[in-house]
Amino acid sequence: MDKSNPPTLFVIGNQQGVKDWKDYAIDLTDTAIAKELNTDAYNLYDESGKLVSIGYCYECYGIIANPDLIEQAGHTMDEIKNFDGLKAVAEDIHARAAELGFDAFSSSDMDDSSSWRFTGHLANLEYFYEERDAGGWTECPSSLTGKYMENYKNLYDLIINNSLTAPTDLATGGHDAENEFKTGAAAFFVNGSWEYAAVSETVKNATMIPYYCGVEGEEKAGLNCGTENCWAVNSKVSEADQQATIDFMVWLVSDPDASAAMVEQLGIMPYKNAVESTNGFLNDAAKYTADGCYVMDWATNYQPNVDEYRAALVSALNAYNADQSDANWDLVKTAFVDGWATQYAAANAA
Amino acid sequence: MQSILETNEALAAEAAEAPSAEATVRESLEAKAKAARERDLKGYKPPRRSLFKNPLRRWGWLFLGPVVAAFIIGFVWPFIQGIYLSFCSFRTTSDAQLLPAKGENLFGNYIKAVTDPSFLHSFWYTALFAIVSLIMINVLAFTVAYALTQGVKGSNLFRTVFFMPNLIGGIVLGYIWSMIFDGILSYYGTSILMETKFGFWGLIILMCWQQIGYMMIIYIAGLQAVPEDMMEAAKIDGATKTQTLFRVVIPNVMPSITICTFLSLTNGFKLFDQNLALTGGLPFIIQSDGSTIKTTEMLALNIYNTFYGSNVAAQGTAQAKAVLFFILVAALGLIQLAYTRKREVQQ
Repeated sequence: MDKSNPPTLFVIGNQQGVKDWKDYAIDLTDTAIAKELNTDAYNLYDESGKLVSIGYCYECYGIIANPDLIEQAGHTMDEIKNFDGLKAVAEDIHARAAELGFDAFSSSDMDDSSSWRFTGHLANLEYFYEERDAGGWTECPSSLTGKYMENYKNLYDLIINNSLTAPTDLATGGHDAENEFKTGAAAFFVNGSWEYAAVSETVKNATMIPYYCGVEGEEKAGLNCGTENCWAVNSKVSEADQQATIDFMVWLVSDPDASAAMVEQLGIMPYKNAVESTNGFLNDAAKYTADGCYVMDWATNYQPNVDEYRAALVSALNAYNADQSDANWDLVKTAFVDGWATQYAAANAA
Repeated sequence: MQSILETNEALAAEAAEAPSAEATVRESLEAKAKAARERDLKGYKPPRRSLFKNPLRRWGWLFLGPVVAAFIIGFVWPFIQGIYLSFCSFRTTSDAQLLPAKGENLFGNYIKAVTDPSFLHSFWYTALFAIVSLIMINVLAFTVAYALTQGVKGSNLFRTVFFMPNLIGGIVLGYIWSMIFDGILSYYGTSILMETKFGFWGLIILMCWQQIGYMMIIYIAGLQAVPEDMMEAAKIDGATKTQTLFRVVIPNVMPSITICTFLSLTNGFKLFDQNLALTGGLPFIIQSDGSTIKTTEMLALNIYNTFYGSNVAAQGTAQAKAVLFFILVAALGLIQLAYTRKREVQQ
């Protein structure tokens, strides 16, 4: 950004990015590209209401399941409509893992290549329900209440204790969770829609279910949909360059060939004239929405000082995985709830 | 025939004129010398033909130029800018704004740096690590070098093998060793990321493994340079092996000890890659307010995490930490050099 000929188009993917880079982005309100959108759900605004960046595709995450294995274990997907259903199926599969030849959950490693699935994505269920109680967040809250920590614990415990890998072996990682799922060694895999291409190679019927965690009314939950893929246009380049950039963006999302290539690479695009997606998990997401389920948006994007915050959570979860005591869970809560406030204060220091 | 005659005549004429020509030259030389002497008396010196006479002194800068330019571009200028930035608040370096311009204390970044508990923790942790690794690496490297200069069979092979770990990059080593340690620790249901002491000793083992071979090479060179006659004299005088080692060999390898302790001390303080790859600072102490102290985080990693992990305001703080870090490493290195230099024996 500091070059004499800086990029005109760049990505501001979350609220932290908005905070850091908003001065470098023009207000996209009412521009040609904004008019192409079919939803406002994936756009990012700063405090003053300036449209800093706009989503160009979105993704979803949840629990990827292998219906064939679940049937092989004598269950059906219909049993899994809430946490109790998920728990019953997962615990039964784990108990009979030796006999069945596969286990319930694939490994939930805590190394950097995997921990984000739990410190970022899974954590979203806590944030989302807090956000919903608060009537939606428009900016990063300065603190959390931790009201849904028990629900996070429910699902987290279920995942680590009914898995191919013992919880004490997760700290350094080295297990290939994707491969475990692909080869049919595990029936559940916590991840997102970007895995569809890889997973569907071998697990044709792979489907995605929401984070069921014991919240009231969760039978109506949908998948976690959102994006960190949002375009911003550099405010420090000439107007002609800005206009050319916007024209280019419009072309990318409306031209049949261009948008087809984008959809193939990126999943699904929230634009009126873009082609439709072929991603099974995203279509699952759309189906949940069509059935009247609520979309769990990506409140995770608000995590303040995201790297530091998640690193602390990894450390606390490591200790908890090694010894699932109440004292260790209290440390997880401290890192999760108080860590948020601390990192919020640090991120917003003058 | 005619032409030959003419030539002869010309030659004769020339010969007749020759004495006069010689005289002219001599006269003119004398006149020049005289004039020169007169000029010298007036304090005038003739221009020196320096381009040919003393080219290196005159034109040396031309040859130094590329290196000097590279040094200025790659080191001096960023260094000065780094110091400047440590007094600034900035997102991109060209946007830097001095702190007083924002109504803050000029030394605000430095105050934040020295009052940051994680920085202080990493300082003491690094100091402890540097001292322990300094002692371990040098004692072991010297021992290996001493053993391999006693005429053991196959010592060249051993030297090569011991040196090899030094050729592997720090990040790779960190990940490989984390697997090795975890392979062992998983038998006990734990991991290198679970306890500070595992992380500390793990890093010590890693660094010893990597550095001993390098220091060993330096010590071997030093040991081979110990004069034979001195060793022989010690033998004749009836010195025991221990006495020879401590009274003759070690004083004579002091230059090697100087360079090795300097290298291992500064290496210990500057360590980054291995630290990042092996533990990355884990485990953390989660404080009651939700802030963390990364128990195995060393200074360089702390600076990196401050710069990239926090908000924009912290980048200035990280820069201030980096300046403090430079002063610390430079000062320690110089003190240590001065101290060990004193003990070197002049041969």
